[in-house]
Amino acid sequence: MADKLSILCVSGAHERIQMAAMAAATAAAGGTEVTVFFSMNALPYFVQGTAAQAPAEGDFGRRMAGKNVPSFKRLFEQAKELGGARLYACSMALDVLGVEASGLEEYLDGPLGLTRFLSDGAEGQIVVF
Amino acid sequence: MGDDKVKVVDATGSFCPGPLMELIGQLKEMEVGDVLELLSSDKGSAADVPEWVNKVGHEMVGTEEKDGVWHIRVRKLK
Repeated sequence: MADKLSILCVSGAHERIQMAAMAAATAAAGGTEVTVFFSMNALPYFVQGTAAQAPAEGDFGRRMAGKNVPSFKRLFEQAKELGGARLYACSMALDVLGVEASGLEEYLDGPLGLTRFLSDGAEGQIVVF
Repeated sequence: MGDDKVKVVDATGSFCPGPLMELIGQLKEMEVGDVLELLSSDKGSAADVPEWVNKVGHEMVGTEEKDGVWHIRVRKLK
C-alpha cells in the first residue's frame, strides 16, 4: 500500500500555507498519496481572482518574501502535476464564502465534505497547517 | 561516462523545494538512461535530491560543490 498523507490546510498565514505546499509537493513527488483539504482562512487563496500572496505570520514569513521561494500555488500545482496529489475545497467553507465550485482555481479537484476527507485519510497520516 | 547525454538544469537562486521540483519536472521529459545535472545553490538540495532519487529508483551519478553551487547528477532509470 502506498504511503498516504492527508493535509488539512486551514491557516491564512503565509508560512503555514507555504509549509503545507512544501509538504504536499515533496511527499507527492516521492510517491506518497497526498490529499489536501483547504478550509477556513486558507480557502480564499484558492478562489479565482484572489491575490496570490498571504500575509506573513511572523518574521520568517517577512524574510521569505525577499527570497526566491517558490509560490505556494505553484507548489500545490506541482504536487498535482508531478505526484498526482488531490486538492479539495471544504464544502462548508465554500458555502460560508458564497463561492460556487466553478469559482475555484482550475487545479483544484472540487468541493469535498470533511467526513469524506477524514474517512479517506483514516489509514494514513493527517497533518494540520 | 563520456558519451552520456547530459541535460543541465540551472535552479540556482531557488529555495527548497524549488530545485527538487525543477529536477522532477525536467526528468519526466527525458529518456531512460539520460543524465540530468541539477545546479542548486540551496544547501538542502544536496541532501534532499539523493533522498528522492533513491526513494523513487533513479541513480545518483555524483554530487560536487563548486563555489557555493551544488552540481547534482542523476541518471533516469525508469
